[in-house]
Amino acid sequence: MGSTLIEKIFAHNIGADSVKAGDIITVNVDRVMIHDIFIPFVKDKFEEMGFTKIWDPDKTVLIYDHLVPASQLDDPRHHHIGDEFCDKYGVKNVHRSDGICHQLMTEAGYVKPGDVAFGTDSHTVTYGCVGAFSTGIGYTEMASILGTGKLWVRVPETIRVNIEGELPEGVTSKDIILTIIGDLRADGATYKSLEFAGSTVDAMSVASRMTMSNMTVECGAKCGLFSPDEKTAQYCGLDGLDDFLTTLHGDEDANYAQVLNYRAEDFAPVMACPSQVDKIKPVSQVIAEAASLEEGSVVPGVGLIEGGSVRVDQVFIGSCTNGRLEDLQAAAAVLKGRQIAPFVKLIVTPASRKIYREALADGTLDILAEAGAMITTPGCGLCCGRTGGILTDNEVVVATNNRNFLGRMGTSKVNIYLASPITAARCALAGRIV
Amino acid sequence: MEQFTGKVWLLGDDIDTDIIIPTEYLALKTVKDMAPYGFSPLRPELAAKIRPGDIIVAGKNFGCGSSREQAPEVIKALGVRAVIARSYARIFFRNAINNGLLLIENDTLCNDVKEGDEITVNVGDSIEYKGKTYPISALPDNLLDILEAGGLVKAMQKLNGIIK
Repeated sequence: MGSTLIEKIFAHNIGADSVKAGDIITVNVDRVMIHDIFIPFVKDKFEEMGFTKIWDPDKTVLIYDHLVPASQLDDPRHHHIGDEFCDKYGVKNVHRSDGICHQLMTEAGYVKPGDVAFGTDSHTVTYGCVGAFSTGIGYTEMASILGTGKLWVRVPETIRVNIEGELPEGVTSKDIILTIIGDLRADGATYKSLEFAGSTVDAMSVASRMTMSNMTVECGAKCGLFSPDEKTAQYCGLDGLDDFLTTLHGDEDANYAQVLNYRAEDFAPVMACPSQVDKIKPVSQVIAEAASLEEGSVVPGVGLIEGGSVRVDQVFIGSCTNGRLEDLQAAAAVLKGRQIAPFVKLIVTPASRKIYREALADGTLDILAEAGAMITTPGCGLCCGRTGGILTDNEVVVATNNRNFLGRMGTSKVNIYLASPITAARCALAGRIV
Repeated sequence: MEQFTGKVWLLGDDIDTDIIIPTEYLALKTVKDMAPYGFSPLRPELAAKIRPGDIIVAGKNFGCGSSREQAPEVIKALGVRAVIARSYARIFFRNAINNGLLLIENDTLCNDVKEGDEITVNVGDSIEYKGKTYPISALPDNLLDILEAGGLVKAMQKLNGIIK
């Protein structure tokens, strides 16, 4: 019997010949990430537990992203507590305005293929894009890792997802992962590992894989893994893949809980409609359904019907899901030399300072700004509903991030549609869902 | 066997952590400050109505979404004695256990029970409602150990020799 990708990572981590799904094991943690919104709680719990030093300060990373720039009076307190924590316990890996935690963890080289990492944010699953196990935990468990360097995990069952062929024009990895979430539903992979493979996945950039790993938590997954390849090695600054890393793929005779097979040609642009992340519809269906509704009416859970489709008040392009250079470039390709609809607010938030500068240097930001975009500082921005761009009742936002939960970007009557950067940019131009 | 009876508040499927406690309240100083905003996007009136000892009954995938540990903490701070759902999202599940919030899995109760009715829970064994008995499955040993220690903080305090 062969092993799944996650079984190989965990066996290597604990120095065992093999582990199997269902085993409860204690892993040795290679890296942890704490973000600003939870650092006060981590510090409190850590000290309440009676720890006086961090097991390995160099394996600890603190990132300010949800609350920078601070937008509410209570926010700076988190940064003061974070700074105090780093001084007291010798944490040197601190990023105070460099971008979103999940972008930085691989971009800055903190997480490598085969690593076992934990973070205080649910989208910590993102690092599966380089073949690392990573998942979100609460602040109490984070405090216990800081003290011990270890955590118990149950080795998850694996859902293997094979995708073969070439994606149609205008279809991205965002459309793939949204479609998979729609098929599995919001709890379809709960406690499980998703393992992606196939020629479509092999052809993808690490950035595109990151979009998919990032959203695996939206169907409940514990992790969303890709096998490391030469592209991964280059992205991670490795001199090729070593003997262990070349074994990091799911074996054909591994014990899979489920196998999903997709043909790339079958994917189309899709959206997650208000207000469930698994309410996935092709964009063409969203338009067709809107066209059957009364022109000028405001439909709860849909928006204002205008011009035979849904009027779009705001577009958000950014987040740890789709705030990378290729995402901004894809939006710029749609918007180049054109103007967004006059009533649309287009907010563009690069995922990191590095991406911001790359997009500045290659002219992408200029194209977006010229088309009418507001370009904001790198960070979580509107995705977590705390900074500029909050919406009100019955407004519609088309957004490239990962969650459209009730009330996430303003009032509970805001209609949030999740889509790819290409679809989002098209909607910004038209001022309606197209 | 520990037994308790409480009034039911009935919620649906996929109750996410943004519903349980929206992000805008996460920077308030204490969980007690956050508690009045619990469930506000879905049911703004609910937090004020929940009384100590009440029980939340819900559908599948309760607690999906973010890693915010304030979600189980807010539910606890509201005085909720237990949550009974068809299933739980994994981070919420771990966070709840680590904070000593009792989670019970049951597949059918949410279809039968009416909000405001009382149910009786026989911990680790069953639920009773209108003469019908609903079985409860047991937790794995390593989780029971954490619960028995009184949560993960206490388990770590034992490790560090602060408490016995």
